[in-house]
Amino acid sequence: MDQLVFFINQVLISGAVLGSVYALGAIGITLIFGILRFAHFAHGDMMTMGAFIAFVLAGLLAAAGLSVPFLPTGFVVLPVALVITAAIALGIDKLFYAPLRKRGAKPVTLLIASIGVTMMIQGLIRLFFGVNTRSFFETEPKRIVRINTSWIGSGRDITFTQPELLMVILTIILVLVLHLFLSRTRLGKAMRAMSDNADLAQVSGINTALVVRVTWIIAGGLACCAGTMLALDVSLTPDLAFNIILPIFAAAIVGGLGQAYGAIAGGFLLGFAETLAVFDWSVLLRPLQPWLPFKVVSGLALVPTEYKLTVSFVILVIVLLARPTGIFKGAST
Amino acid sequence: MSTPLMNSPAARTIGLYIALVVLIVAVMVYAGVPYTTRMLVEAAAYALIALGLNIQWGYGGLFNFGIMGFLMVGGASVVFVSYPLNMKFWNSVGPMLLGRAILAAIIGALIIVAARQAHRIGITGGRKLALTVIAWAIAYVLFRSQMDPAANFIEHNVDFIGGLGLPAVVGWAFGGLVAAGIAWVIGRICLGLRTDYLAIATIGISEILRALIKNMQWLDRGTLTVSPLPWPLPLPQDYQAKGVDTMSALIYARGGFLILVAAIVAVVMLLLIRAYGGPWGRMMRAIRDNYIAADSMGKDVTKRQLEIFVLGSVLMGIGGAVLVSFAQILDPNSYQPINHTFLIWVMIIVGGAGNNWGALFGAVFIYVVWLMSEPLAQFLLGGVNDMIGHFGWGAIPDIESRSLQMRVFVLGLVISLALRYAPRGLIPEVAQSTR
Repeated sequence: MDQLVFFINQVLISGAVLGSVYALGAIGITLIFGILRFAHFAHGDMMTMGAFIAFVLAGLLAAAGLSVPFLPTGFVVLPVALVITAAIALGIDKLFYAPLRKRGAKPVTLLIASIGVTMMIQGLIRLFFGVNTRSFFETEPKRIVRINTSWIGSGRDITFTQPELLMVILTIILVLVLHLFLSRTRLGKAMRAMSDNADLAQVSGINTALVVRVTWIIAGGLACCAGTMLALDVSLTPDLAFNIILPIFAAAIVGGLGQAYGAIAGGFLLGFAETLAVFDWSVLLRPLQPWLPFKVVSGLALVPTEYKLTVSFVILVIVLLARPTGIFKGAST
Repeated sequence: MSTPLMNSPAARTIGLYIALVVLIVAVMVYAGVPYTTRMLVEAAAYALIALGLNIQWGYGGLFNFGIMGFLMVGGASVVFVSYPLNMKFWNSVGPMLLGRAILAAIIGALIIVAARQAHRIGITGGRKLALTVIAWAIAYVLFRSQMDPAANFIEHNVDFIGGLGLPAVVGWAFGGLVAAGIAWVIGRICLGLRTDYLAIATIGISEILRALIKNMQWLDRGTLTVSPLPWPLPLPQDYQAKGVDTMSALIYARGGFLILVAAIVAVVMLLLIRAYGGPWGRMMRAIRDNYIAADSMGKDVTKRQLEIFVLGSVLMGIGGAVLVSFAQILDPNSYQPINHTFLIWVMIIVGGAGNNWGALFGAVFIYVVWLMSEPLAQFLLGGVNDMIGHFGWGAIPDIESRSLQMRVFVLGLVISLALRYAPRGLIPEVAQSTR
């Protein structure tokens, strides 16, 4: 049973964690695409920015000598960081995207503008925080949860860290809240209407400017959550989320751009696909050796670990070719 | 812009180029001649790349965000062609193992092609799809079973396969050729996609190329880097050996390199301007502006777009090869989307998409800004540092590494301002309809 526990640790847990990050990021991208019809490339850096804001707040809290038992400080300050990031996201829209939209610029122009924003955020983050790697857990321990599995006859423990557990729980809660918001509230319904057909939504009397603002608030807030949780899980670097912006885009496209539920599915699909692809299957096959016609050698991963990130792109390209609108039907420009 | 003189596009172009020359002279005074020649060589290589993107985006309206991948392909090609022979490899069983891997790849490709033709023997629909998937799986396993031992052997016994020892210029041409081949495959797969999907797909492909070049140690030693690569012309060391002093040797060697690259840029410019003004250019613009109308006029839109994608990528491959040759080192770790994809986009947007003079101007101008924002930021931060020193707030730590990051911010700001206030670039495309 050791092998099963190994499988759970290597694939199920890390896949769920990776999937949560991808899903949280992809929801924001997909909402922005649905409402504003452009691929918001700066989303990854909004995640990093959110993480740095949380880091500063956590530092302030720690300097004031405050701490909450059992929870990491970085997680406690999340609500405040979320509000700040959402406000900055609104400001970025007002400064850089709104003037272009007003001029009737093409979506491609907005995509290029978002690359400009990406570079500005990255430059500023590195200017203020340098390029070093930071950790939320310099002053407090990172708690690790171990589940003893001797009752199924295994010597290994199922292991995950507290941030990983919090991340998955937070993702589930946020997805539920978002679902209720989109399906039950007036504003949420307005958002979906505008995502389906912006012109029709406007003539129906929906306040589209308000919908745009709400979209940025939600996207910024989710980006902050995703970035902070990712930084809590691994460590905080200036290119924290820039490195995974492409898998996140892949998740949004695989799920169908503009489809919030599709983004969640796409995120988890890619998360599990990546961990499954680099999993060394020989571990699971070795106990079955007596019944197998071939010799099990080690290193039976589908792709070598160094190509882990490319799994997402291969899936993306295949999905784009076979079903260009994503596995759920996506919106079009 | 209010004066009538500035309304003439030609006067505006000349004025901007004069300003650019003044800027370069200013850099020369500030940083010295050897540094400026180095900057200009690199700027000329970037100009080639920018012209390539100008063909794709300016002429054809194709969104290529995978420039970095093509630059790396060009770089790896020039390493393979121009690096001296590694006799250890050629005397080992390495070539045989590699030959078997190539054979396996060909057999795998044949299996896939055969599976795709299954409809001829009456297998269609879901069954054909299943057959194709199985064929891909068999081909993949077959290839990996031959490639993994070959790569393993080469990496552990003979370091890497070395080069062919041919002149660097041949390597540049080969870089363009390989880039063309890869662009053809990518184009066949992706060009049917909508703009934003195409952008993401090309970024994804360039990341795959980067991962491959980084991890194929048998080909290019991966992160261990290959150096020194030979120059097509005498190196500064060669001049020094003849008794020329260090400063002049640098200027002679880099100046020679600059003339060579500038000549390539000039030839490319000439050809592009001819092509742009001719029927071919008109057809491309027609496809870009309204592909449905162009299609109904009997133009083969897909084929033309593929043509333009391949052509642009050739220039990117050559440019990437020139950059690696000049730096004498291929370091896969130094390739970043910001430095090698977005930078080129900024050049085109600021210079003026669709105008070759604009692309050339943008490439040189943005490269100068890119390099100069670092010392400028250092100067500014130093000033701030002195100021807050008076208040006793303590110094800013590691100013050098921070100001290096400033250029990323400056670039982002430049592109935002350009999109807002000069969306068609500083030297916009000239409308040809009123001739």
